[in-house]
Amino acid sequence: MTSAKEVVFKPLFDNNPIALQILGVCSALAVTTQLSVTLVMCIALTSVTAFSNLFISMIRNYMPSSIRIIVQMTIIASLVIAVDQFLQAFAYEISKSLSVFVGLIITNCIVMGRAEAFAMKNPPVLSFLDGIGNGLGYSFVLIVVAVFRELLGSGSLLGYEILPLVSNGGWYQGNGLMLLAPSAFFIIGLFVWVLRSVRTEQVESAEFRIAPHAAHSREGAF
Amino acid sequence: MGLRRVLDDLEPHFHEGGRFSKFYALYEAVDTIFYSPSKITVSQPHVRDGIDLKRVMITVWIAAFFPMFYGMANLGYQANSAILNLGLAGTGDWHEAIISLVAGHNPESLWDNMIYGAAHYVPIYFVVFVVGGFWEVLFAIKRKHEINEGFFVTSILFTLILPPDIPLWQAALGISFGIVIGKEVFGGTGKNFLNPALTARAFLYFAYAPQMSGDSVWTAVDGFSGATALSQMASDGLPVIAAATGEVLTWSDAFFGQMQGSIGETSTFAILLGGALLLITRIASWRTMVGVFLGMAATATLFNVIGSDTNPHFATPWYWHAVVGGFAFGMVYMATDPVSSSMTNTGKWFYGALIGFMTIIIRVVNPAYPEGIMLAILFANLFAPLIDFSVVRANINRRRSRGVI
Repeated sequence: MTSAKEVVFKPLFDNNPIALQILGVCSALAVTTQLSVTLVMCIALTSVTAFSNLFISMIRNYMPSSIRIIVQMTIIASLVIAVDQFLQAFAYEISKSLSVFVGLIITNCIVMGRAEAFAMKNPPVLSFLDGIGNGLGYSFVLIVVAVFRELLGSGSLLGYEILPLVSNGGWYQGNGLMLLAPSAFFIIGLFVWVLRSVRTEQVESAEFRIAPHAAHSREGAF
Repeated sequence: MGLRRVLDDLEPHFHEGGRFSKFYALYEAVDTIFYSPSKITVSQPHVRDGIDLKRVMITVWIAAFFPMFYGMANLGYQANSAILNLGLAGTGDWHEAIISLVAGHNPESLWDNMIYGAAHYVPIYFVVFVVGGFWEVLFAIKRKHEINEGFFVTSILFTLILPPDIPLWQAALGISFGIVIGKEVFGGTGKNFLNPALTARAFLYFAYAPQMSGDSVWTAVDGFSGATALSQMASDGLPVIAAATGEVLTWSDAFFGQMQGSIGETSTFAILLGGALLLITRIASWRTMVGVFLGMAATATLFNVIGSDTNPHFATPWYWHAVVGGFAFGMVYMATDPVSSSMTNTGKWFYGALIGFMTIIIRVVNPAYPEGIMLAILFANLFAPLIDFSVVRANINRRRSRGVI
């Protein structure tokens, strides 16, 4: 039986949904230009994952296997609509800048993956914690990406100016690449690189080996 | 054989357990500059040839001297002409202190122009070489592979495709990105699927657009602004005005490189001289070069035939496309990169043609980017393995249908 602590903290570094399983990358590219938007997205995704895990786990024994995906989707979609409505009511500006990406949480592989892989086989409370844990693992990577992108791209964090931009009379030349979605790929890639240098057990074995180029010195061959 | 003895005496220090065993890659790099390695391969494939990667890369490096020296002189000529015409005192930045020691600002004087160019180019090259070399050596030591002269080529080609006004820290950042992300993360020379010099430039192009594009970066005079030949063609069509002198740019001026632009890209003539050296030594593939040229000429002619009322660039003939912007440089030095291009002979034709085609498409049809050769080559780099795969498959199928296999 997996313990609650393991379920919550393992997805942070040991089994990170983005860095190890490479899931949920699309939203990691799309919503990480500004840290404030990223934080809201992280909270939204974490709560959806946690509650969808909770509810799916509650009814897992009454769900016919043949229609389980439809039932899961219905639960997830209802939760996403609830989150979307909540954001529109209480954080309209951020909801505008998140645009379709709140709605796209429905298709986020992390939510579906945890529902199918964990909530269908585990009791409700543990499933809920698993949702929290995977949400945290997702959030951790997203926040790292967003910190780099907002700081290097716009010279600010959460909208506060840290590095004064040249265009505002400061000294920092904003890096335009950081404002484009592909930069998140590079940052996630570098993040994975650092993580796997520390946790070498996460390094995948090579798909094929290049044959060693054997060579030895000839005697006196100068 | 005094030098051989010195190197042999030093060698034990660099072996396992020696004082400098960490720096074996450095020793190996210096040793093989002077002497052919005494190693022989014991496993297949056996290639019996006097030339190795080191000699290949050094030849490309030397071939790049033609556009480099011309580029320095032209950089000075363009800037000094602009200074004369605008009645300025000098460059308007720290370069002036160096130039004023030994030269003036007379655009008629080759000496003044060379000094002006060198004062701008040498610092860029120095920074790129030191920073790029640092990454190369660091990865060679950490990953235990050889220091490769591919880096000589990457650094000189990268500096030649930069605008003369580039801030030095951006050049350093660009080459870091090109070497680390473009090459070393994939395992070093031979395993990079993108051209590292172009990766570095693409990084700067998207990260620091104000210093990499527009009208004010192509002549190294502070505050000078003039549209490049390509951007004039895109907006108004031919004829175009040479920015520094204010006169109409003739085709032969463009061919010999009497115009502003990236440091080494202006003179198609100097580039072709370097290209001739590469072809005579059989370092670069003539198939790739001809493929790029034909792809460009065919696409440009196609646009001439189609015509457009709103976009004057449709009417630009192929012989103008060939001499402006970075086309010639990309065709000779970048597209022929043996690592990132297609490997099969048939594939090289397709690969080259794809570059020529995409260059003209981006130049003419996409209003956001005046120049297309950089993105076209990176694009074709991605397709090179697919092209090779298709060529090999087609060959297998062709032979199978004959019943030979």
